[in-house]
Amino acid sequence: MMNQLPFIIFSFIAILMALGTITARNPVYSVLCLILTFFALSGHYVLLNAQFIAVVNMIVYAGAIMVLFLFVLMLLNLNKETEPAKSYLWQIGGAIAAGLVLVTLAGALKGASDFMVKGGPEASGIGLVKNLGKVLFTDFVVPFEISSILFLAAMVGAVFIGKREKQEGGSNA
Amino acid sequence: MDAALLIEKIILVLVILGITLLIATYSTYAERKVAAFLQDRQGPNRAGIFGILQPIADAGKMFFKEDLIPAASEKWLFILGPGIAMFTACMTGAAIPWGTEIHVFGYTIHMQIADIDIGILYIIGFVSMGVYGIMIGGWASNNKYSLYGAIRASSQMISYELAMGLSIIAVVMMTGTLSLKEIAAQQHGINWNIWYQPLGFIIFFTCALAECNRAPFDLPECESELIGGYHTEYSSMKLGFYLFAEYINMFISSAVIASLYFGGYNFPGMDLIESSTLLGWLQFAALFAKIFFFIFVFMWIRWTLPRFRYDQLMHLGWKSLIPLAIVNMLITAAVVLFRNQSF
Repeated sequence: MMNQLPFIIFSFIAILMALGTITARNPVYSVLCLILTFFALSGHYVLLNAQFIAVVNMIVYAGAIMVLFLFVLMLLNLNKETEPAKSYLWQIGGAIAAGLVLVTLAGALKGASDFMVKGGPEASGIGLVKNLGKVLFTDFVVPFEISSILFLAAMVGAVFIGKREKQEGGSNA
Repeated sequence: MDAALLIEKIILVLVILGITLLIATYSTYAERKVAAFLQDRQGPNRAGIFGILQPIADAGKMFFKEDLIPAASEKWLFILGPGIAMFTACMTGAAIPWGTEIHVFGYTIHMQIADIDIGILYIIGFVSMGVYGIMIGGWASNNKYSLYGAIRASSQMISYELAMGLSIIAVVMMTGTLSLKEIAAQQHGINWNIWYQPLGFIIFFTCALAECNRAPFDLPECESELIGGYHTEYSSMKLGFYLFAEYINMFISSAVIASLYFGGYNFPGMDLIESSTLLGWLQFAALFAKIFFFIFVFMWIRWTLPRFRYDQLMHLGWKSLIPLAIVNMLITAAVVLFRNQSF
């Protein structure tokens, strides 16, 4: 049985901080709010007995990707004066696009209850690292390998772009 | 959860936290004494016999200093920074197996606060959080030197986390578990992982130095270039928290190194001791002996090696340690595969 009180607390933090992410005027505060959102989500994963996902979420998203975000934002030193004025048309367009993504996600999850693990994730222990590893390397090995190839391609691409810019800079100088 | 277990865990948490803070306090004293020894001087010797009360005097001084918050800083984040640094440093102790069991007044106490089956990942997770304390503090100070320190800290952390993770993967593949308790238990007697993972240990140790911002990798606070780095604007106990967090991190890193590579609480000849009470305490003592040794090595390195230049730091991280760690991982994987097939 899922404990209700921690669930409510984590959900409250997650929603509040997600709102903070999009309403904060200072981008650094936005990122800090997003980090707290990830923390709250990690809390949810722990409640679902998925400790591995919880920790990986913390290491990868909150620990590495957000550090890079913060890194870039600190260097850019954005503030109100440098913020480009956006017209209402863009804001409305953005809201519609985000709303459509939400509808798509909700539609995709509509049939997901058919695939629910019997007895819920906390009973089956699917989130424990041993079971997760077994499932990833047997039932879901093809999608797992494809996504790792995708990562490799992204890495090679990033290195390639970085290298090319360096060469151009060298020839100009 | 029954009440007795809850009380046992609360007491254990308080004891471990107390020991952590005590050791961090006396690490400052040890650091100055080791520095003095290596430089052929006396070191602090005025407060108490051999200067043994020096850390208490230092702490008292820190508390009574004026606490300045720069007018142009982001006030809340400026206060939050040292808090995060301290919090993340203290959290990591929860997953370390400090021993097996200790019998006190008829109770059997398991010497681990939380036996998480992904203990080592939990520690990496909180270590990677630790950089936020430095980044937020450095940025909120609104000082260019602090900002430089914060940026250096973040890029250094990310670079060295990779090699650290890769060197841990080799240990995980070898032991077949992510639980620190299991990893420590498998190194019974003198069957330590260091005999199988010498290269992994060197990589891990180098990365641990970098993750703790210890010399020769203390670029974020490099006083010859950045005044005080990320804590330039800090004074009083906020500065104290930053310095203290570094010593706690050093203590925890030493504990992790001891648990991963040097047998944790195991020591040679442990099977000869029959009394389980005595064995429990001896295991605890063995782990702490190893931890103190590594803290000493940390200090030894600090007062022996000069600081790296920034490009050398990045070069070492990306072009030496990561390829080495990958090679180490591949060799380990091949050996593990070969052994599993032949038996």
